[in-house]
Amino acid sequence: MADAVSLVDLKFEYRKGRPVLDIPSMRVAAGERVFLFGPSGSGKTTLLGLMAGVLRTTVGQVQILGQDLVKMSPSQRDAFRGSHVGYIFQLFNLIPYLTVEENITLSCRLSPERRKRLGGKSLEAAARDVAARLGIDGLLKESVTALSVGQQQRVAAARALIGTPELVVADEPTSSLDHDHRERFIELLFEATKAAGSTLIFVSHDRTLQPLFDRAIALPEINRASKLEAAA
Amino acid sequence: MVVLSLAWHSLKNRKLTTWLTVISIALSVALLLGVENVRTGARESFSNTISGTDLIVGARGGSLQLLLYAVFRMGSATNNITYASYQHFAEHPAVAWTIPYSLGDSHRGFRVVGTTNDFYQHYKFRRDRKIEFAAGKMPEGIFDVVLGSDVVDALKYKVGDKIVIAHGISTKTIQDHADKPFTVVGILKRTATPVDRSVYISLYGIEAVHIDWSDGGPPMIGEEVPADKIKKDELKIKQITAFLLRTKSRIDTLRLQREVSTFEDEPLQAIIPGVALAELWRTIGFAEDALQVVTLFVLIVGMLGMLVSLYTSLNERRREMAILRAIGAGPMKIISLLVLESGLLAIAGSVLGVAIIYGLSFVAQPLIEQQFGLYLPVQPPTSTGYIYLGAVVISGILIGFVPAVKAYRNALLDGLSVRL
Repeated sequence: MADAVSLVDLKFEYRKGRPVLDIPSMRVAAGERVFLFGPSGSGKTTLLGLMAGVLRTTVGQVQILGQDLVKMSPSQRDAFRGSHVGYIFQLFNLIPYLTVEENITLSCRLSPERRKRLGGKSLEAAARDVAARLGIDGLLKESVTALSVGQQQRVAAARALIGTPELVVADEPTSSLDHDHRERFIELLFEATKAAGSTLIFVSHDRTLQPLFDRAIALPEINRASKLEAAA
Repeated sequence: MVVLSLAWHSLKNRKLTTWLTVISIALSVALLLGVENVRTGARESFSNTISGTDLIVGARGGSLQLLLYAVFRMGSATNNITYASYQHFAEHPAVAWTIPYSLGDSHRGFRVVGTTNDFYQHYKFRRDRKIEFAAGKMPEGIFDVVLGSDVVDALKYKVGDKIVIAHGISTKTIQDHADKPFTVVGILKRTATPVDRSVYISLYGIEAVHIDWSDGGPPMIGEEVPADKIKKDELKIKQITAFLLRTKSRIDTLRLQREVSTFEDEPLQAIIPGVALAELWRTIGFAEDALQVVTLFVLIVGMLGMLVSLYTSLNERRREMAILRAIGAGPMKIISLLVLESGLLAIAGSVLGVAIIYGLSFVAQPLIEQQFGLYLPVQPPTSTGYIYLGAVVISGILIGFVPAVKAYRNALLDGLSVRL
C-alpha cells in the first residue's frame, strides 16, 4: 500500500528568495497517527496547505495516497482534496449560516466523489452516524452559532470525517479548548479516524499531547529552510 | 444546486444588508420603469389628445400654430376662415362630420370656444373616448354655456350660474360682454386633455355677443342690442377660426388635404393631427431623453450600492471562503457563489421594483390623471421595460464578478490560514 503522504525535495516560497519550506523527505504511512509540531511561524500551516493541494509548488514531489499533487491542475487538486482529504481548522471551522447537519454534509454536497464514498447511505444517515461517534448527534438541527467552541470543533471533525477520507489533517484543532476537553476531543478523533481507517496528521505546538500519537515529526528538524533562516 | 442553496442561505444570513441592497435596486428599477411608463404615457396621452379627427383645417399659416390653437387652446389664429368655406367642406360628399371652432374670446383666462353640438357628439380623444357630461346637458339657446372640468374646478361654477365672456384672450381684458351674460347649462366630465380648459358656447353665441360691435370695438352708447332681442334665425354666422374634419373613408384623407390646400376661394391649410402631434413631440421630446439619462444614473448608483455591499462583506467572509476551499470547492464554485448572490439580489430587486411600480401606478393612476392630466395605463412593461429589466439582471451578474474574482484571489492568497 502506498504511503499516505510522501514528500520529496519539496520547496516552497511565498516571495522569491524567502523559502518557507525546504523538506528533502517526509513520509507518513497509511493509517498512521502523526503528531507534527513546531513553533509558530515554522511553516506548519503552509505544509498542510501543500498537502491538501490548496497551495501549490512547482519544485519537488507532493505525493498524497500515491498521487503527485504537483502534477495536477488546480481543479484536479480541488476535486482530489474534496474527495480524499478532511481538514480541521484551529478555529471557526463552520459556515455560520448553515445548521450543524448542513455543515457536516457540505463536503459531500460539494464533491460528488465524496458523496459516492457514503456507499449509498443518505446524507442524513451518514451525518447522524458520524455525529453519534463524536457525541454531537443531539445537535444536528442546531444553528452552529449556538454551539460552544468544543462542540464546534467536534462538528468540524465530523465534517472532516464524513465519507471516510483517507487523510485527515488537523491544524491545531485543540488550541482553543481547555485541558479536559482537549483530551476528550483527541480521544474521539482517534476513535473516529480509526473507524474510518483514515491517516491522521495532527499539528500542534503543545508537546504534552505528543505521547498520545504513534509518531511525532518535528518540522524544524526536517525543514532546511528554518535552519537556513536560523543560521542567517 | 449546492452553490445556489449556499448563496441563498448566505444572503438570508445577512438579512439587513441583503434587504437594503434589494430595496436600493428595487427603487432604481421602479424609478427606471416609472420614468419609462411616464414617458410612454406622456407620449401616448399627447398623441391621443385628439383622436378620430382626420384633418384640422384653418387659415393658411404655420401648421404648428394651427395645431396649437385648434387642439391645445394656445396662441391664436392670424386669420379666420369664412363660414361659406366651412360649409363647402362640411357638405363635401367625402366628409363624415365636421366640428367648427370659433375662437378669440375668453372667460377669466379660459378660452371660449364657439362650436356646434357636433362637438359633443363627435369629438374623440384617447382613441375612442367621447365627451361626456358630468352635469347638465348640451346647449340649446344662444346664451347657453358648457364648461370644461378645469374651469369648474378653478372657478367653482355650477349649472344655472351666469357668467360673462370677455373680449380677447388676455386675462386682464377691460372689454367684456357684460350686457350679454351666459347661463351654465352643462359641465363636462374630466378628459385630461385641453378640452377641460375651455368654455363652450354655440357659434350663435359668438355671433350674438359681437352683434353690436363694429370695427373691432364695442358698440357706442345707445347702439347696444339687448340680449333678449337677439333671435337665432336672425343671426348670420360669417366666419369661424378652424374646423375638425372626419372623412367617411380614411383613404380620402390625403386627397381631401390637397383639396383644402388648393381651395380657390380662400387660402386654407389642412393638417393631419397625428403627423403634426408627432412633429411637435419631437421638438419637445429632448426633455424625455434628459429624464432617461438621469434615471440611468440612478440605476448605476443602485448597482454600485450592490457592488459596495458585496465587496465590503468579503472581508468578513474570508473565513467562509477558506472553509469552502478546504472542503474541496474550487475557484469556479467560489466565483459562482458570489456571482449567484449578486444575480439573486438583482433578480429580487427587479421583481420588487416591478411590484412597487405596479402597486404605485395602480394606486396613483387616478391621482396622476386628475392632477397632471396624464393617463398612465397599468400594463405589462413595454419592450424597453423588458430590456431594462434584462440589463439590470445581466449587469447584476456581471458586477458579481468583481467581488467574486477578489474573493478567489483572497482564497488563493490565504490558502488555509486566514489573515484577519
